Amino acid sequence: MYEKDGEKYFVMDTHTHFWDATPENWVKGAEEYAEGWINCFHAYQGLGPADTHWTIEDFQTQTPERFEKDMFEDGHVDVAVFQPTYLKEWYTTGFNTTEMDNEMAARHPDRLIVNGRFDPRDGDPGLRQLEEDAQKFGLKGVKLYTAEWNSGSRGYKLDDPICEPFFEKCIELGIKNIHVHKGPTIWPLDKDAFDVADVDKVATRYQELNFIVEHVGLPRIEDFCFMATQERNVYAGLAVVIGGLMHARPRFFAKVMGELMFWVGEDKMLFGADYAIWEPKWQVEGLVAWDYPDETFSDYPAFTTESKKKILGLNAAKLYDVKVPQELQLSNGGTPAARDDSQLVESR
Amino acid sequence: MTDRAHVLDALGTVFDPELDESITSLRFVTSCDVSADGDVDVRLRLPTPQCAPNFAFLMAADARDAVRRLPEVREVTVVLEDHYTGDEINGALGRGEAFAGAFPGETEGELDALRELFHRKALVARQAQLCDAWLAAGATAEEVTARRVSDLPDEPGARRCRELRAHLGIPSEGDDPALVRPDGAPIEAGDLKHWLRMASLVRTSLEANGGICRSLLAVRYDIDPDPEEVAA
Repeated sequence: MYEKDGEKYFVMDTHTHFWDATPENWVKGAEEYAEGWINCFHAYQGLGPADTHWTIEDFQTQTPERFEKDMFEDGHVDVAVFQPTYLKEWYTTGFNTTEMDNEMAARHPDRLIVNGRFDPRDGDPGLRQLEEDAQKFGLKGVKLYTAEWNSGSRGYKLDDPICEPFFEKCIELGIKNIHVHKGPTIWPLDKDAFDVADVDKVATRYQELNFIVEHVGLPRIEDFCFMATQERNVYAGLAVVIGGLMHARPRFFAKVMGELMFWVGEDKMLFGADYAIWEPKWQVEGLVAWDYPDETFSDYPAFTTESKKKILGLNAAKLYDVKVPQELQLSNGGTPAARDDSQLVESR
Repeated sequence: MTDRAHVLDALGTVFDPELDESITSLRFVTSCDVSADGDVDVRLRLPTPQCAPNFAFLMAADARDAVRRLPEVREVTVVLEDHYTGDEINGALGRGEAFAGAFPGETEGELDALRELFHRKALVARQAQLCDAWLAAGATAEEVTARRVSDLPDEPGARRCRELRAHLGIPSEGDDPALVRPDGAPIEAGDLKHWLRMASLVRTSLEANGGICRSLLAVRYDIDPDPEEVAA
């Protein structure tokens, strides 16, 4: 919970990690990729305020104590959702697996939610694994990284027929939140791997599911926004938008937030700090203090206290059935994460 | 005799297809050496080791082709540094092969359709910038949509619009409309507000990506924030 100027904010961080990228975990022969990946993440941290930068050694892995301090003690986070990123082609035990997340989550079962994953290319064994994971971890969501390499395959699309049994299994198992992260390599390589048209198709088809597009579809924010206005069950994950732009590029941040407020709307935007790339503290405090910098942004919808409360926690709490104390709910009985409000904020 | 300045000028005509900015202004050119005999060696770098291989290839191949077109250059070597598919891309560049040669079996075709898609986006974004400036200067929707190519100002953004139209086969004679949809159709005054909303979003997306790329490059290579930071 974060309190500022008499207002109390329930903070739900929908995108956090707990990883092991130490050299001991690099796959032999793939060291270059493993090292490149974590160094790339580390460079992203450089986009935050200087006093939040860590050494690369600190960055390669986190202790539970550090995680607790950064998230709960300093970071104002009430509840966080772990998003796994396996990358087993590069990291021996995985970069950040559900098992690793679960060890951490076991210390705070009421505050840490573990999301699973599936890879449709794993076929029937993958389906069985998803069932096991759902039972073991009580999954309510999965994170899909469509650009992940798998036995010579460079990525997949969500509307590939191999995904169908997995989405149906999710519905059956009560896994309703599908977090999607696009990446740079999808077969065939001559197409735009960041294209979000496949999300559009499966969102239409599987109305029971919520599709949270991580990093608001970056670098295809425009395609994501055009798509999100059409689909009542598509949400914007703000990880990287806040961490990567709010401090480093404040005017671009203002424009991107304005566009998201206009096209997607405050009911469908979800805070994510993307720890350990960035600590939540400065992002939560910065977002609560934030407004458009000047009048040139007056065409965009106002960013109100209610907008902040929804985006920082109330929308995500709704999607994950997290109980929010009465004093932290909207006083006007508003409806965070409302699907019906997916129309444009103002008429076109 | 072609000297280093000419080579850099040629590299300045090579654009990042996703960002629609030149690779020299983005500071993607690490080094550029011209030997006394006219051999050229260009090194390129990108903001992350995981930048998309297709766009990385386009920039490297375009750089190679732009330098080769210069008079009196001999051997041209273009090397993409610190990239996770650098071996594949540099191998194909060295052999003079196209994209499919870099990633055999991993492509369905070449990169022409991808390039065209991003040319269309770039044109939309550039026009949004022009249109915003006109409206800010007091022009009405009717006046803006009535403007012709001959009314375009002589500045880099408008020149880039003409180039993009030429790439896309959209006519840009003096009498053609200044603002067009991605398929070349003119924009009616009554549709301007809606078109501009869409176009501004495309522009914001391109600019935000460019901002992230510039920031990451500066962090990755420990170089000073570039002058564009101030403008941003």
